[in-house]
Amino acid sequence: MNALKKVSNASNRFAKQWAEFVIKRKWLVLVGTLVLAMGLASKGNMEFDGDYHVFFSKSNPELEAFDALQEKYTKDDNVILVLSPSNGNIFTKDNLVAIEELTAESWNTPYSSRVDAVTNFQHTSAVDDDLYVDDLSYETSLKTDAEIESIREKALKEPLLVNRIINEKGSVTAINITVRLPGLSVDEIPGEVTPFVRNLVDDFKEKHPNFEVRTSGLIPLNTAFFESSMADMALTLLMLVIVIITTFILTRNIYSTIATLVVVMFSIMSAIGFVGLMGIKLTPPSAVFPTMILTLAVADSIHILITMLQKMRNDGFNKYGALIESMRLNFMPVFITSLTTIIGFLTMNFGDVPPFWDLGNITAFGMFMAFLFSTTTLPALMAIFPVKTKTKKATNKVRKNWYASLGNFVVKQPVRLTVISLVIIGGLSFLATKNTFNDEFINYFDESVTFRTDTDYISENLTGIYNIEYSIGSGESGGINNPEYLQKLNEFEDWLNEQPEVIHVNAFSEVARRVNRSMHGDDESFYKVPDSREEAAQYLLLYELSLPFGLDLNNQINVDKSESRVTVTLKNIDSPQMIAFSERGEKWLRENTPKEMHALGVSPMLMFSKLGFRQADSMLKGNIIALILISLVLMLALRNFKLGLLSIIPNVTPVLVGFGIWALYKAQINTGMVIVFGMTLGIIVDDTVHFMSKFLRAKRELGYDSKQAVVYAFETVGKALVTTTIVLIAGFAVLSTSSFALNSYMARITVIIIIGALIIDFILLPSLLILTSKKESKTVESRAELNQIILDK
Amino acid sequence: MKNTILAFTILFAIGLHAQTAEERGLEIAKAAEQADLGFVSSIVNLKMTLKNKNGQTSERSLSTRTLELIEDGDKSLIVFNSPKDVKGTSTLTFTHKIGPDDQWLFLPSIKRVKRISSNNKSGPFVGSEFAYEDLSSQEVEKYGYKFLESNGSLLVVEQDPVDPKSGYTRRLVTYNKDKGYRIEKVDFYDRKNSLLKTLTYSGYKLYKNKFWRAATFNMVNHQSNKETLLNFSDYNFDANLTEEDFSQNALKRAGQ
Repeated sequence: MNALKKVSNASNRFAKQWAEFVIKRKWLVLVGTLVLAMGLASKGNMEFDGDYHVFFSKSNPELEAFDALQEKYTKDDNVILVLSPSNGNIFTKDNLVAIEELTAESWNTPYSSRVDAVTNFQHTSAVDDDLYVDDLSYETSLKTDAEIESIREKALKEPLLVNRIINEKGSVTAINITVRLPGLSVDEIPGEVTPFVRNLVDDFKEKHPNFEVRTSGLIPLNTAFFESSMADMALTLLMLVIVIITTFILTRNIYSTIATLVVVMFSIMSAIGFVGLMGIKLTPPSAVFPTMILTLAVADSIHILITMLQKMRNDGFNKYGALIESMRLNFMPVFITSLTTIIGFLTMNFGDVPPFWDLGNITAFGMFMAFLFSTTTLPALMAIFPVKTKTKKATNKVRKNWYASLGNFVVKQPVRLTVISLVIIGGLSFLATKNTFNDEFINYFDESVTFRTDTDYISENLTGIYNIEYSIGSGESGGINNPEYLQKLNEFEDWLNEQPEVIHVNAFSEVARRVNRSMHGDDESFYKVPDSREEAAQYLLLYELSLPFGLDLNNQINVDKSESRVTVTLKNIDSPQMIAFSERGEKWLRENTPKEMHALGVSPMLMFSKLGFRQADSMLKGNIIALILISLVLMLALRNFKLGLLSIIPNVTPVLVGFGIWALYKAQINTGMVIVFGMTLGIIVDDTVHFMSKFLRAKRELGYDSKQAVVYAFETVGKALVTTTIVLIAGFAVLSTSSFALNSYMARITVIIIIGALIIDFILLPSLLILTSKKESKTVESRAELNQIILDK
Repeated sequence: MKNTILAFTILFAIGLHAQTAEERGLEIAKAAEQADLGFVSSIVNLKMTLKNKNGQTSERSLSTRTLELIEDGDKSLIVFNSPKDVKGTSTLTFTHKIGPDDQWLFLPSIKRVKRISSNNKSGPFVGSEFAYEDLSSQEVEKYGYKFLESNGSLLVVEQDPVDPKSGYTRRLVTYNKDKGYRIEKVDFYDRKNSLLKTLTYSGYKLYKNKFWRAATFNMVNHQSNKETLLNFSDYNFDANLTEEDFSQNALKRAGQ
């Protein structure tokens, strides 16, 4: 105990000496920290990466499987242009001419390797032993009305077109541009493909105002990611304004406001330097780091400033004296809360989603720097500024009374409040289990994002946006021409088509059937897979010889013709349904086909669907470690094992409450929300630390009993806790306006959790403190005087 | 006004004396055609190796007969020997200097000849990186020309395909002037004018003291990182093939 006392005395002495040094060398400290912040900022380099691949770690098995499939066939990203003519009919001469034109223009898209449209669809027909393969509508401007009508009939009968390139009514059509990105620069999409496509669409709309044009696909998805990063970055400015206003209201002092602003700006500049030094490419989740740092860093400054100003206003300290006293009282709490916040953010590294590693690391670094600047730059600036205050006690008294009466209310009925709280928490915890994961990436964007509304239009009017792919092997070179393989593949295709979720199936068996029919003079009864391997192989050879540039089968069959790719287009279904569907397909293959044909479903959508689960699994360990570490920090800080253990209750339950309320609100959670446990733990633990330390101080130093100590804690830290909670809510409320759901949902649930934490710390925690103290009141009291609390205000 | 007339006069005068790049390009293409004139007919075996970017390979073997025609484009007959399931499949092609080529296919599995009526020559030939248009007879009339540069004996000519359905905007062909205008390298630019493929010829041998033939064609696709290798062997210029050997009946016979 003596050793402990020495430590706490030492830390008090250290904080005091630190403050004295900073005040004495205020200019040196100011210039030094300025140089540090500027130096780091000069290394800053903010690059954005919108590629959806960034959400998956290198070892992500779904990504590996998807990459393997793309290696086998072609690696392609796409842009879908959806055209809706105002007359509701694609098949007029003018409209087809316009589509043909736009199709030709689309070939000029940077990195494009293929363009599929209704006009350049390779239509096969046969007359006797002559096989005709040609664009469905070539040189449309020369066509007669009768020819246009026949094109319409052919198109609407074509299984490869309907529900993929045109809708059943023939009123909406798509041009699908396949893009093969070399992946050498992050600028390929935002700098080259996207501007080209936007120009293309603008020019087309100008020339053909009777068309509505919408865009979707993986490239626009990437662009939407990219642009939402930028938009979320812009939220920083809004947050900065809120910081200024909040600080001014809370401190009612212009110099404090300026000093706070300098501290948060320095912290952000340093974090930007960190981003540059580490070579981090910003993504939507990590692009919110400035707002995060602003929100969390401002609390440090406010604690130090409020105490300083209170000491000047209420207790008649002079400026330097007040500053030193404030530093002495706040140094350890600010250190501890920074430490727990840093631990909380660093746990994001346990997850499986790289953008959150970046967010965690950048914010943790920013918080470390915020701690440094709050304890150097801030006091130096306050020492330099001519701060003057008037003493006014009346308002403070009123506040104290309000918090005191809340304290009195709690101490009168600890048992009742505990029971009520636990019932509510229990009920909400039960509800929390009713949340389901949903990482539909289209729904990551809210309706203010054009990508989202365009994509919704496409799924309502033309085709599905989500797909699953299976690479079906035959076990031998050239085996895709084996009639048994084709027969099984055909059965799989038929089975898929029967599934209620399925909109379209693209399988090689369809090509085999089509060519077989053409080989038999377009006789419908031969619309089946060929009977012999030689026939199938030779028909395929013939068919391949007749296809034009870019419209070959390389995206569907592999080099040695041993495997073929089945692409299933699905309705908008949520992640669990997606996973279930993919597994149903895999199961069908296992039960109905030979071993070589078994395959795993893969697709970007499926990768996202499993991301939440994967993240939750991997974060579990991180969360437990965070909980243990943070509880340990608390035990050390409070110098009390039992209270450290007890603190787990008010630290963990807000998260349960948060997810319980979420179940009533949305009931669907995404990958971004998985990180909130570790993150909020680091933040809300502050409330507990402050409340418990005041409670202990009252008992140990002032000899109060538990009830009096609780009222004392309310009186002393009630306001500070409400204040920091307000700042945190403001920050996360700003983030919750993000159009990007990984960020906005995370921010919204964090707001709920932070509010929940404050309520729990005001109701359940004091009740528990009273109840647990009763049993061992004697032992605690006997020890009380030996300890001096380091976490003082 | 006077100045304009003067300028035109000067330009005209220069035009009279100096050859334009277009003329020079055409001249080189014609010289190359001339140099290869008179081989009459040839038979050659070839092995085609397809490679994807992971190095997985797939092979096909075929034999090609070519008949030289002066008035119109050459005729050719290709017979597939492997893979087994397409063995005996043969194609007969009549290249035309102007307009689409004629093409027939014999399928041994159904013992029938099918005529393919398609303007598509830009697609991959049996899944390889060669388009049919890269392999078919290179008639001078099928391109517009522009001489670009010379480097020692190497002459680079840009060729723009006349066919609107070609997969290319242009090709850069490197001729070797000192070696009978044989082609050393071709760069292919796709429709958006990005470099798509490069074809390099190697292992050239001189046959009958006049005809340069490469033993290996290597086509590399820069966009997909796939690659196709053609290995030619057993060149035969003494078969004295005639039109008879390039009829539909000959096509059926060849496949059996």
